[in-house]
Amino acid sequence: MSTIILLLITGLGLGALYFLVASGLSLIYGLMGVLNFAHGSFLTLGAFAGWELSRRMGGESWGTLIASMLLGMVVGAAVAAATEFLLIRRLYNRHIEQVLVTVGLALATVALFEGIWGTDPIYVTAPPWLSQTTEILGARVPNDRFLMIGAAVLVLLGIVAFLRYTRFGLIIRAGVENRSMVTALGIDVRKAFTVVFAIGGAAAGLGGVLASHYFGYVSPQLGGSLLIFAFIVTVIGGLGSLAGAAIASVVVAVLQQFANYFWGGTGDLMVVLLLAVVLLVRPTGILGKKA
Amino acid sequence: MTESILTVAGLNANIEGQQVVEDVSFEMLPVGVTALLGRNGVGKTSTLRAIMGLIERSGEVTIAGERVDREPTHRIVQRGVGYVPEDREVFASLTVNENLRLAERDSAPNRQLIEELFPDLIARAGQLAGTLSGGQQQMVSLARALVNDNRVLLVDEPTKGLAPLIVMDVAKALERAAQTVPVLLVEQNLQVVRMLAEKAIVLEGGRVVYDGSAEELLGNEALTKELLGVA
Amino acid sequence: MKSLSKLSQRTWWIVGGVLVVVAAILPLLNISIPGVLPGATYTPGTLQLLALALLFASLALSYHLLFGTAGMLSFGHALYFALGAYGLGIVLHETELTLLPALGLTLAIVITAAYLLGSLSLRVTGISFAMVTLAFAQAGNVLVRRNPGLTGGEEGLRLDTEHIPDFFIGVVNTRNLYWLALALLVVVFVVVAWFENSRAGHAVTATRENELRVRVLGLRPFGVKLMAFVIASVLASLVGMVHLLLQSGTTPRATSADFTLTILVIVVLGGVGSRWGAIVGGIIYTLLDQRLTALASSDAIDGLPAILRIPLSEPLFILGTLFILVVLFLPGGIAGAVQRLSTGTSATPSERKLLEEAE
Ligand SMILES: Nc1ncnc2c1ncn2[C@@H]1O[C@H](COP(=O)(O)OP(=O)(O)O)[C@@H](O)[C@H]1O
Ligand SMILES: [Mg+2]
Repeated sequence: MSTIILLLITGLGLGALYFLVASGLSLIYGLMGVLNFAHGSFLTLGAFAGWELSRRMGGESWGTLIASMLLGMVVGAAVAAATEFLLIRRLYNRHIEQVLVTVGLALATVALFEGIWGTDPIYVTAPPWLSQTTEILGARVPNDRFLMIGAAVLVLLGIVAFLRYTRFGLIIRAGVENRSMVTALGIDVRKAFTVVFAIGGAAAGLGGVLASHYFGYVSPQLGGSLLIFAFIVTVIGGLGSLAGAAIASVVVAVLQQFANYFWGGTGDLMVVLLLAVVLLVRPTGILGKKA
Repeated sequence: MTESILTVAGLNANIEGQQVVEDVSFEMLPVGVTALLGRNGVGKTSTLRAIMGLIERSGEVTIAGERVDREPTHRIVQRGVGYVPEDREVFASLTVNENLRLAERDSAPNRQLIEELFPDLIARAGQLAGTLSGGQQQMVSLARALVNDNRVLLVDEPTKGLAPLIVMDVAKALERAAQTVPVLLVEQNLQVVRMLAEKAIVLEGGRVVYDGSAEELLGNEALTKELLGVA
Repeated sequence: MKSLSKLSQRTWWIVGGVLVVVAAILPLLNISIPGVLPGATYTPGTLQLLALALLFASLALSYHLLFGTAGMLSFGHALYFALGAYGLGIVLHETELTLLPALGLTLAIVITAAYLLGSLSLRVTGISFAMVTLAFAQAGNVLVRRNPGLTGGEEGLRLDTEHIPDFFIGVVNTRNLYWLALALLVVVFVVVAWFENSRAGHAVTATRENELRVRVLGLRPFGVKLMAFVIASVLASLVGMVHLLLQSGTTPRATSADFTLTILVIVVLGGVGSRWGAIVGGIIYTLLDQRLTALASSDAIDGLPAILRIPLSEPLFILGTLFILVVLFLPGGIAGAVQRLSTGTSATPSERKLLEEAE
């Protein structure tokens, strides 16, 4: 029983990381039709920014942790908005070329990060509480899981509130459904593009800082390895659906944890298998709109 | 002669490499309803979409004396063009109210007119547009255009697929709208055309084949049959 | 007009033939191109590099069939390259088969895998297809890393030379491997050209342009797409097999997403939709990669201030940036640029269109 609780909560923690990456991917894809390969780099940069801050301020304090999370969000948002503004926008509506540009950006930035910070993992320090455990129904759960889950829930609520209560949110929801009709109502939908990139980048940047605590290190490859699972999550959840991304994040991560534990480390393969099954049964994903 | 609010000259448009609008030229009446007619697939919808900049196009489109054929869709709309697309295209996952809010460009939107014309919608303000009936969705779509003070309305088959009673509701709403803003109306229901339109333009294979009085066209059974395939 | 285009088609084949002959006698010549090649053309080091360039050209051609011709943006093409390399390596290691039968067995495995995974991936189109192929490739990556007993894990798999003919083994025989790579390039080129001009090839191109029209014509887009997918995968696996022989082994990098992206970069640099572009892209990429790596560790770079030194010492940074610039400013890649120069036009709508359709 305690093992199951542990796996479940750890899965939720990992799922929280997936969600922080996948939410932005899914929104960006839903509104703009762009598959953003550079999203992993937003995450990695957020993680490095957080680490640079914490090594200057002393990583053991809560203040530093919170500051580094905020910094990760700001850096992620800024870089993402700049990416949209400088690169993606020039290729308006040319989706394949937009994907290609993000591929180039991903390759170039990972190489740049390696040049700056080296290829080896850099271990991070955190408030001691995070590496302690809390007992829940007999399971000793590492505390950092709760940080991941709490942050992801806050981000989810924040994005939902933004989408529901702001004019940009209204435009984004409408645009995901039918972008050309939004322009036919006299709205310059491109302004919303920069906004979704910024939101996605902020979530990814925050995800980067959290991931560095979940895995215990930062490396230039951090974003890329999470990105692939985030892609799978967005396809399973349904491209463009935030709720789908949230559900699929949890399903994928929990499945991964259980398979790794009970079926001899087959977690990653099970996830791909799940993807195959979803494609066979429901090619649009759990909550995806019909193609 | 008063200047036409919307003039189209030598308009061409392509969809997936196929020319669907070919050298189309016409002028709208400065007031009232101008009908754009033709059998299915002759390019009426494409003509409207080309005017709106929703598909690749070339040629001249002038709104109130200003060329707009190189402008993006949202700018054209901001010049005072209301567009009611074929098949309504309401945002199904948004509420009625959100659909209207999204459309509001003016600082003082005509909510009152909407309330008068479509009282039903106000009662259903919080309902998801996707759960409305076809007629109600059409009213949302019309309301999105009427909520602003436009200089011209482009309306594409507003009565398509509606029950006869509702067809008349929609026609009356259009008649009312046309008192204040000129309307370019694509319509298959000739009864509605008779009731509303003074001028008619007929397309065939992407080209204009008739440009003149609506009454004369519809009064001539043989011509109507030849151009529209129905009497 | 028709005879003219036929003639020019013919001319191209002749030019190609001459180039192949020139390439074939290179190992017998003593040509040095300082700054491009590490040594004279007969030296094993240079031949190794040139053979690698030819392999990348072949691999790019196979991807061209997938992306340029059939419009399928796959992010998992490396999987089939890796399947060829690891498959052959493992068969040679685990069985007593000699090279040719081992090759045949590996091919059978590749065809089965490509058919199954292709059928599954093609249930979705566009961006979803890209993500799904990426996921399958990732699963391959995991399998390779998690089974060190079979694949050598992170260390990679060394070629078991016991059952390999002597003329493919050792530094002195590099030129035989070079000729093998050249022969493979010719084979891949002919297969790709044949497919593109076949009925299925026309159908698959039409599918890219307008899937609906193909359905109306009574053709099944799924069938021809799957055929293109399987052929491209088989060609990639052949490249993987020769790569295994040339490098005397293979590493998990062959299964990585980065490797697929590299192939994509090559094809786009060369020019999407152009066979020659893919070949030129493959060769230029390989040489550039090698040169940039040499540059990265050169003294000239070492002396620069950090803000220049760090980016310039990362070959992938330069390539990635170059790639972005090509996508933004040079639609149609190298092939497109050459064509514009030779015909003096600047219009590029067809090239743009090609990329648009590739969704
Ligand atoms: N999305 C599309 N893809 C391909 N062809 C289209 C598309 N939309 C319209 N067409 C073609 O364009 C032509 C004109 O269509 P349309 O403008 O919708 O005609 P109308 O509104 O007069 O019925 C038709 O031949 C139709 O088949
Ligand atoms: Mg129509």
